[in-house]
Amino acid sequence: MDVPLIELSGVVKSFGPVSVLKGVGMKAYAGQVTALVGDNGAGKSTLIKGLAGVQPYDEGTVRFDGDDVTLHAPRDAARLGIEVVYQDLALCDNLDIVQNMFLGREETRFGTFDEGRMERDASDTLRSLSVRTVKSVRQKVSSLSGGQRQTVAIARAVLKKARVVILDEPTAALGVAQTEQVLNLVTRLAEQGVAVIIISHNLVDLFAVADHINVLYLGQMVASLDTRETTSDDVVGYITGTKTPAGVTP
Amino acid sequence: MSARTIPTSEAAPGPVIPTENIGSGQEGGVRDQVRAWLQRVRGGEMGALPAIGGFIVLSILFSILSPVFLTERNFANLMTQAATLVMLGMALVFVILLGEIDLSAGVTAGVSMCIFIVLVNVQGLNWILALAIAFGAGVLIGTFIGFFVARVGIPSFVVTLGLFLGLQGVELMIIGAGGLYRVQIPEILAIQNRNMPPWAGWTMLVVILAVSAATSFWDRARRSRAGVMNRTIALVWIKLGFIAVLGGAVVYILNQDRGQSIRAVQGVPIVVPIVLAILWAGTFVLDRTKYGRNIYAIGGNAEAARRAGIKVVMVRWTAFIVCSTLSVVAGLFSISKVGSVDAAAGRDLVLSGVAAAVVGGVSLFGGRGRLLHAAVGALVIAVITNGLGLLNLPAGVNFAVTGGVLILAATVDAVSRKRGGAVVRT
Ligand SMILES: Nc1ncnc2c1ncn2[C@@H]1O[C@H](COP(=O)(O)OP(=O)(O)OP(=O)(O)O)[C@@H](O)[C@H]1O
Ligand SMILES: [Mg+2]
Repeated sequence: MDVPLIELSGVVKSFGPVSVLKGVGMKAYAGQVTALVGDNGAGKSTLIKGLAGVQPYDEGTVRFDGDDVTLHAPRDAARLGIEVVYQDLALCDNLDIVQNMFLGREETRFGTFDEGRMERDASDTLRSLSVRTVKSVRQKVSSLSGGQRQTVAIARAVLKKARVVILDEPTAALGVAQTEQVLNLVTRLAEQGVAVIIISHNLVDLFAVADHINVLYLGQMVASLDTRETTSDDVVGYITGTKTPAGVTP
Repeated sequence: MSARTIPTSEAAPGPVIPTENIGSGQEGGVRDQVRAWLQRVRGGEMGALPAIGGFIVLSILFSILSPVFLTERNFANLMTQAATLVMLGMALVFVILLGEIDLSAGVTAGVSMCIFIVLVNVQGLNWILALAIAFGAGVLIGTFIGFFVARVGIPSFVVTLGLFLGLQGVELMIIGAGGLYRVQIPEILAIQNRNMPPWAGWTMLVVILAVSAATSFWDRARRSRAGVMNRTIALVWIKLGFIAVLGGAVVYILNQDRGQSIRAVQGVPIVVPIVLAILWAGTFVLDRTKYGRNIYAIGGNAEAARRAGIKVVMVRWTAFIVCSTLSVVAGLFSISKVGSVDAAAGRDLVLSGVAAAVVGGVSLFGGRGRLLHAAVGALVIAVITNGLGLLNLPAGVNFAVTGGVLILAATVDAVSRKRGGAVVRT
């Protein structure tokens, strides 16, 4: 297989005495969907927060397109075209949808905001996600439902052309139709050549969209599977630890 | 790539055809816009409405209780009394929007004025140079606070409370206990004590209308170019009409002769256009530039702002510098009005400044509020001071009432916050 767009190796992360990631490796390819699964507290969110530069790793290397990169700040990740939908969404309640989607990368002309352009682009992106229930793009995020917020966070991630889109449980709060839209979007992004990393607890969804499934178990990567060559039962076995290979220390 | 099937439906992957238009809050005529606005207000986004209501009620009350309240003379007096507070309130907005506080803003104003007056009166320095040094002191104090709050991570409440005491000590060291210096620089005294000629007042109003109209139409043109909807143009005319009527009334009243001798005293006090210019510039920065947006974002959700790549430490730090620097302007207005500087300069100012911002609808929780809100709030506080003064009530009553109003306003803030944000913006 060709060079992975993202290649993590030997990633270590501790919070004080708690060691959360114990030497993790993972690959994600352009144009493919890479799933990351694991039980609650396995370290999935911690792993992707390192990739986003939000919580830098203590040790380990990150290769992007074959080159070693450092991800010490969110800006580092943004510069590489890494977009993240966080599990906790990370939206500003006091700002409206457009302002949230463009936060940190507003369109300006003569140093002042080009509100019209931002509003148009935000509307277009939301429409492409088939958002129906949002009344106005100038609605404050504080007035949105959980699922609507999640949609805004996703829209933010796909607003600008990204090379890597990471989604941390993007469908947790979504209804049936909206979940389907997001899965559609994941597939579409991959077809456009984006490397998609998706975290979810819903294996049915993951088997539908993912090319690879990586399983984290207590901070260690215990399996990297090709979706076509594995079964749901296998994955569940890895997640719960009943299939854990020797050498993994609980 | 593996073959994919999307569960639960046969919807084909690929670009989704836009199904429905999402609104932008610009739709409908005046009636719809008013209805949407009322809905926002009911949802808790009251802005300066309570303050405007308070201003009107208090004005009616005091004009009934005191025959002097409604005179042109007192109106002009109210303007200049309020100017210091308006300035200090606006300065504080920059840090309150971040969810921070600067309890030393008043004594920052005081200390910088102590430095200024000693340099001029004792050292005989050129006053412009001395003023530059005073502003430098403001910048320095802001840098100091910003360092400890944004960089070290000490709560701003603690840092600025420490400075509140410390800077009073510095004032004492500069001026000496019981010391008092007169302000003799005509240009400084003119700010609060001289008026513009009547024609200049009208010109000011025309300029305000022109700038307001120009930005409105510029914004609309820009939106049209982007292909998005504009609000009904009637709203622009209503806004301009409102400014024309209100501003016209103010200028008209201030242009009447309010002198008590043969010499006419008339015109808009010079401080008014200065305040308006700073209000305009600050609002421009907060509403239309990245720096302003970053302040709101950090006040709303600092972690989200950080993840969006905003340099949270730098924004927090510089906001304290802006606050301290604008506080120096407030100090300047204050000494121009009072005509002297003593070792307690600015000590009693800060809580009124905070009250001004909060009464005007700037949320102490951060992320919500505008400079104009603080200005309106300052007018309310100034009316209370002015009115109670006219009634010859003891000074204690003034403090008690102002404190009560502050707590009332903070309660309104907390309650409206609980009710959650409302439906559509602006
Ligand atoms: N900032 C932090 N400080 C201390 N411990 C943390 C911190 N963030 C995460 N942890 C710990 O790290 C472990 C892994 O957390 P993480 O959020 O990565 O799990 P996860 O795999 O995403 O779980 P979930 O499926 O519940 O989202 C947990 O035990 C958690 O308590
Ligand atoms: Mg998680």
